[in-house]
Amino acid sequence: MELTGADITIRCLADEGVEYIFGYPGGAALHIYDALHRQEDVKHILVRHEQGATHAADGYARSTGKPGVVLVTSGPGVTNTVTGIATAYMDSIPMVVISGQVPSSVIGQDAFQEVDAVGVTRPCVKHNFLVKDIELLAETIKKAFHIATTGKPGPVVVDIPKDITAQKTEYHYPDSVFIRSYQPTRRGHPKQIKKAVEALLAAKRPVIYTGGGIILGEAHEELTELVKLLGYPCTNTLMGLGGYPATDALFIGMLGMHGTYESNMAMHECDVLLAIGARFDDRVTGDLAKFCPYAKIIHVDVDPSSISKNVPAQIPVVGEAKLVINEMIEAVKASETKPDADALKGWWQTIDQWRALDSFAYDQNDEVIKPQFVVEKLYELTGGDAFVTSDVGQHQMFAAQFYKFDKPRRWINSGGLGTMGFGLPAAMGVQLAHRDATVATVTGEGSIVMCIQELSTCLQYDLPIKVLNLNNRYLGMVRQWQEFFYERRYSHSYMDALPDFVKLAESFGHVGVRIEKPGDVEAALKEAINDRKRLYFMDFITDQTENVYPMIAAGKGHHEMHLKPAEVDAHEQRELA
Amino acid sequence: MRHVISILMENEPGTLSRISGLFSARGFNIESLIVAPTEDNTLSRMTLVTSGSDSVIEQITKQLNKLIEVVKLQDLTENRFIEREMMLIKVKAQDNSSREEMKRLSDIFRGRIIDVTDTVYTIELTGNSSKIDSFLEALGDKNIIEVVRTGVSGIARGNRALKI
Repeated sequence: MELTGADITIRCLADEGVEYIFGYPGGAALHIYDALHRQEDVKHILVRHEQGATHAADGYARSTGKPGVVLVTSGPGVTNTVTGIATAYMDSIPMVVISGQVPSSVIGQDAFQEVDAVGVTRPCVKHNFLVKDIELLAETIKKAFHIATTGKPGPVVVDIPKDITAQKTEYHYPDSVFIRSYQPTRRGHPKQIKKAVEALLAAKRPVIYTGGGIILGEAHEELTELVKLLGYPCTNTLMGLGGYPATDALFIGMLGMHGTYESNMAMHECDVLLAIGARFDDRVTGDLAKFCPYAKIIHVDVDPSSISKNVPAQIPVVGEAKLVINEMIEAVKASETKPDADALKGWWQTIDQWRALDSFAYDQNDEVIKPQFVVEKLYELTGGDAFVTSDVGQHQMFAAQFYKFDKPRRWINSGGLGTMGFGLPAAMGVQLAHRDATVATVTGEGSIVMCIQELSTCLQYDLPIKVLNLNNRYLGMVRQWQEFFYERRYSHSYMDALPDFVKLAESFGHVGVRIEKPGDVEAALKEAINDRKRLYFMDFITDQTENVYPMIAAGKGHHEMHLKPAEVDAHEQRELA
Repeated sequence: MRHVISILMENEPGTLSRISGLFSARGFNIESLIVAPTEDNTLSRMTLVTSGSDSVIEQITKQLNKLIEVVKLQDLTENRFIEREMMLIKVKAQDNSSREEMKRLSDIFRGRIIDVTDTVYTIELTGNSSKIDSFLEALGDKNIIEVVRTGVSGIARGNRALKI
């Protein structure tokens, strides 16, 4: 039977196993929306802004491992998705965005709601397509899913002109596609793996540093086995949290600009660094000239271009984390050389001394709520088992520091692009995929208003998200940098004229609560978490002057970390002198 | 260092903009770029001249390979190779002495005069880029009216071939 392009599009999604699509209708997508109306396999979630659709699909993808799917119209529909697509691209999240386009006959004529979708999204997609022939439609959608989910995952845009969605042809969805120019490497080279394991076993002061690749590559069990087999310290990037259980003794915390003192010092002092699924981001490495000065670097990544991009790797291994780690485990077990127990003992003693400094320490008094305290309580009350999404800024760092993730896919944040406004819509995707789970959004009064309209979507689809608004009336991270590096000139970082968040939440049909005293934090969180039905917007009035410590300032090395405010002040004075 | 990179890519609209977009987005440098279909009409072949340190060139080849539509590539500069560029040039040929001088220079560089008027010669010249540069230098700015160069194309010497 012949189907229209619109019906084919939706049938493809159903046959691909797509459960939810996040979208917003408009002229060029109307045939597709009509096709949606005719079926029940694919459920559509109507967001309130296309950016929200992409973040929701992104949250769905991050929490499930399945691709997130978005449907929007042409012109502003697609330009509104760009921030969300770029967010997914930077963090390698599998996503397929289907956009309606003006009819083929008027493409290039500045038609109403026309934009060059392929051109606009090109720099921030893994790949994109403009479908010019209905005969290629199903195959193109299959290719989009294949490209989005294999190798290093990423977003793929499929732009479909309106006339193509009206034409008819026989429907056939291919089981697989072969793309001659796209054959990602899966297995690591045996020789390279052998070399890597030899170097690992010869180490006296090893560190295993892993990133989002462990989560994306479903390699957390293998990583845990390898780390425990070796007894080596393991640190995770912001994107990699949950890749190794945070409560395990071999975990030395997150590394980087606001990571633990012990992880950064261990990076500085290590003699062998095993990096897996991490890309040596500048927020992780600090000054490259001072990075890991004594280390032989082994870098495992599925993306060859990630290797030796920022830091040269002596032993590169291109391959999927899961497969490579498995082969490493076999090789370690088979090897006659065992980890150097004496050297390791001394190395752990050194690390434990750094650890004893307790670099995340803060003082909670009876008067003002410390943002760290709220996250710590959330962790305690949810037993570490909640899904936590965040926006971008101080609250994001506090969430990463104080919520101990023992499982992968629980920590959902925009690490690469740093997109404010990500947290709430991402939580919608997470909650849809995990109906019975506690999903918390740790946010700030700056970020939350960037996609606040999605509170409406949450009501429509009964999403009982717990919003923790750490409200310090400042763009906290901006204010922190201005305090440290701009002689306290707080240029445009004070959030004036804020809404009454309690009334705002109520007007959207949710529960709004304001919490002003440290003593009320726990009860408020408990009430919110125990209510399985309703969205709670908790407006925590927090300390305006709190900063994120410890900190590696820009241009500094791992060993030049500031632990306390006094040290930063001293540093600042030196810089100013 | 200067590198000549040959790229086999899908002959599809948009591939060229992906490659040029990659270069501008990542701050890589393009000295010249030419592209045309091959004997297999599903494939185009691009020859791209760029320069940079070894690590920059490594990133360039890796990033190019990462593009979905790039089928295969070869850094010709890693082995012996032949490069050719073609130039069409209009020069002033207004009086006897300048007409003679232009003809003589063209012959020395094995150029061909392919169009003649009473004031202008149009010369076709093929060679590697440095030969073409030398010819331009020999002519001198004041004699040149218009120059068009194709950019470099290249192929490996011997049995090596870039094919799928």
